[in-house]
Amino acid sequence: MSSGDGKTPPPDIGGGFGGTHAVDEMERREQPTHFAFDEESEKRIPEILARYPENRKASAVIPLLWLVQEQMRRQTGVAWVPKVAMDVVAARLGMPPIRVYEVATFYFMFNTRPIGRYHLQVCGTTPCMLRGAEEVERACRDATGITGWGQTSADGMFTLSEVECVGACVNAPVLQVDLDYYEDLDYESTLRLIEALRRGERPKPGSVKGRQGSAPEGERTTLLDVPGE
Amino acid sequence: MALSDKDRIFTNLYGLQPWSLHAARRRGAWDNTAALIAKGRDWVVEEVKNSGLRGRGGAGFPTGLKWSFMPKQSDGRPHYLVVNADESEPGTCKDRDIIRHDPHLLIEGCLLAGFAMGANTGYIYIRGEFYNESVVLEAAIREAYEAGLLGRNAAGSGWDFDLYVHRGAGAYICGEETALIESLEGKKGMPRLKPPFPAAVGLYGCPTTVNNVETIAVVPTILRRGASWFASFGRPKNSGTKLFCIQGHVNRPCNVEEEMSIPLRELIERHAGGVRGGWDNLLAVIPGGSSTPLIPKHVCEDVLMDFDALRDVKSGLGTAAVIVMDKSTDIIKAIARLSKFYKHESCGQCTPCREGMGWVWRVMERMVEGRAEIEEIDVLENMTRRIEGHTICALADGGVWPVQGLIRHFRPLMEERIAAYKARHGSPQPTLPMAAE
Repeated sequence: MSSGDGKTPPPDIGGGFGGTHAVDEMERREQPTHFAFDEESEKRIPEILARYPENRKASAVIPLLWLVQEQMRRQTGVAWVPKVAMDVVAARLGMPPIRVYEVATFYFMFNTRPIGRYHLQVCGTTPCMLRGAEEVERACRDATGITGWGQTSADGMFTLSEVECVGACVNAPVLQVDLDYYEDLDYESTLRLIEALRRGERPKPGSVKGRQGSAPEGERTTLLDVPGE
Repeated sequence: MALSDKDRIFTNLYGLQPWSLHAARRRGAWDNTAALIAKGRDWVVEEVKNSGLRGRGGAGFPTGLKWSFMPKQSDGRPHYLVVNADESEPGTCKDRDIIRHDPHLLIEGCLLAGFAMGANTGYIYIRGEFYNESVVLEAAIREAYEAGLLGRNAAGSGWDFDLYVHRGAGAYICGEETALIESLEGKKGMPRLKPPFPAAVGLYGCPTTVNNVETIAVVPTILRRGASWFASFGRPKNSGTKLFCIQGHVNRPCNVEEEMSIPLRELIERHAGGVRGGWDNLLAVIPGGSSTPLIPKHVCEDVLMDFDALRDVKSGLGTAAVIVMDKSTDIIKAIARLSKFYKHESCGQCTPCREGMGWVWRVMERMVEGRAEIEEIDVLENMTRRIEGHTICALADGGVWPVQGLIRHFRPLMEERIAAYKARHGSPQPTLPMAAE
C-alpha cells in the first residue's frame, strides 16, 4: 500500500458520509496520514496469528482491528480505526484493503470516525426499555448536553450512542461505557456515574446497586448449599 | 418439586466463589476427565443422545444427533468445534454468567465435545461486547494449558486439543452458525446457503460443529452423573436442567438454573419475586427471548417452560429468556422496539429481510401512534407471512414472529389505538410504502 508513508494522502475509499465537498473536507481533516503498530500491539500480533492456520491469516482481521482501536485509545485518548490503519492491517494479513474496509464497517463496535474520550452506549432494546432505559438516556443527555444519538459533547469528553441488546438483561437497564457494563441504573445513578467519569474516576463496573452478578436482589432462592471453597 | 442445589450444574452461576481452576476443581470440574475420554467417542455421543440434551442456543436441536453428523473418519481435513458465545438474543444473558463465573465447565466441555467429534481444535466465538468476560475466559484457558488440561495429550487423555478465543465486534447476525463461521474466517457475518451444512463443509471448508456455550458446559456433568440423571428432569424430549433469565416487570430479576418444564408462573414467583404489582397485574410474557411470540396472561397461567409446551401455544422456549410485561406496558411499543432491533441487525444479504425489517418497523411505529388504517393490520400480518421462510437464515423469521404474536393476541388493542388516533386527528394521510432508507 502506498499510504502510511506520511507523504501520500489516504486513498479515497468512496461511500463515506455523504460525499459532499464539505464532508470530504471534514473527513480529510480527521483522518491521519500515518499509522504503525506500536510495540505493545506488535507483541500481541504473533500470539493472535498463532490461533489460526498458516494460510488463513484473514481470520485475524477482527483481532487486529481491535488492536488498532485500542492503540488509538492509548495513543490519542480516542478509540477509533482510521482508514490508513485498515490499510496497514490489510498489508499485514495479505488481504485486499476492500476486505478490511468491509469488515471494519460491518461490525458496529469499530468506530470509523473519532469519538469522544468516553463512549456512552445506552442499551435501548426492549428488556432495558421495560426497566427504564429512557431514564438512563435522559440522564446521559442532561449530564453531557448531547442532544442526539451519535453526537459528541462540546468538550470532547463523551459520545452518546444507542446500542442494541448488550446481553445483561436481568441487570437492566445497562449503560456500556467503552467496554465496561454499568447495570441496574436509574436516572440518579447514571448522573453520578457520568460525573465520576468527568472527574477522571472509573467506578467499578457491574451492578450499581451492589447486586452479586445476576443473583436476585436480597435473599437468594438457590445456591445456598454448594460444595467448594 | 423445585430443583435442589445438589442437582445444579452451574454451582457458581452468581460468582460467589472464584472462577479459577483451583476453585472449579473443588466444585467438581476436571475430575478425571481422562477416564471419560477412555470410554471412547461412541460412548460420549451415545450418553449425550440418551440424556435428551437439546441445543441451548434457541433452536433446540438434539445435541448428540448433531454431533453424530460429523464424519467418523477424517478424510484428511481437520475437524473443528466452534462454540457460539455470541449471546445476543435480546433478553438472554446466561452464557455470560458461565463464561465469567465458571469458565472451566465450558473449557472441559470443549475438550469432551471436541474428542466426540474428532476435533483437535476448538474456537470460542465470543461477542465483542463481552470484553471483560473474554479476559476471564482467556485467563482460564491459560490456566488449563499450564495444568496440562489442554494442548498435547490434554488432561492425560491421549487426545490433543487446542482451544482459542475469538472475539467478535458487534453483530447479532454472527449468532447464526454459518454467519459466525464467515466472521471467524475474517469476513462480514453473512449467513451461508445450506446445504452443505457445517458438519460437511464448515470452518475453512472443513467438518465443523457449532454449539451454544450452555450446551457444551453441561456435557461434563452429564457424562459424570449419567444420561439418566440428566433425563430425569423435565418431561420426555425436553429433559435436563436449564438456565432461565427472568426479567422485565418482576420484583427481583435474576438468572436461575431450574428443572426444564417448570411452570412459568412458578418460575416467576419462586425465583423472581413475582410480577410487579402481583400476578393479576401481568399483561404478557415473551417466554424465550425476543424472537419468540409473546403469550398473554391467560396462557401464562399454566404453561410449562419447555420446547414442546411453548410450541403448542405458538411460541417457543428459544433461549429461555423470560421477558415479563405488566399492565403498565405499552405492548405495541415494546414489540415495535424489537422490530427496530431486527431492522438494525439485518445483514442485508436477502431482500425480504433487508427491505422487510425496515418496512415492518416503520409500520409498527405508526401502529404505536395509531396513525394507520384498521386494514393495515392485515397488510402487516400478510407481509410478515411473505417474509417468513423466504430468507437464507432465520433472522427475518425471528423478526416477524413477535409482530405476529402481537396481532394474534392484541389486535383489539391495535384497533382501539387506531380509533383513538382518528378521534383526535381525523383519518391519517395515507402513507406511501417506502423502500429502505
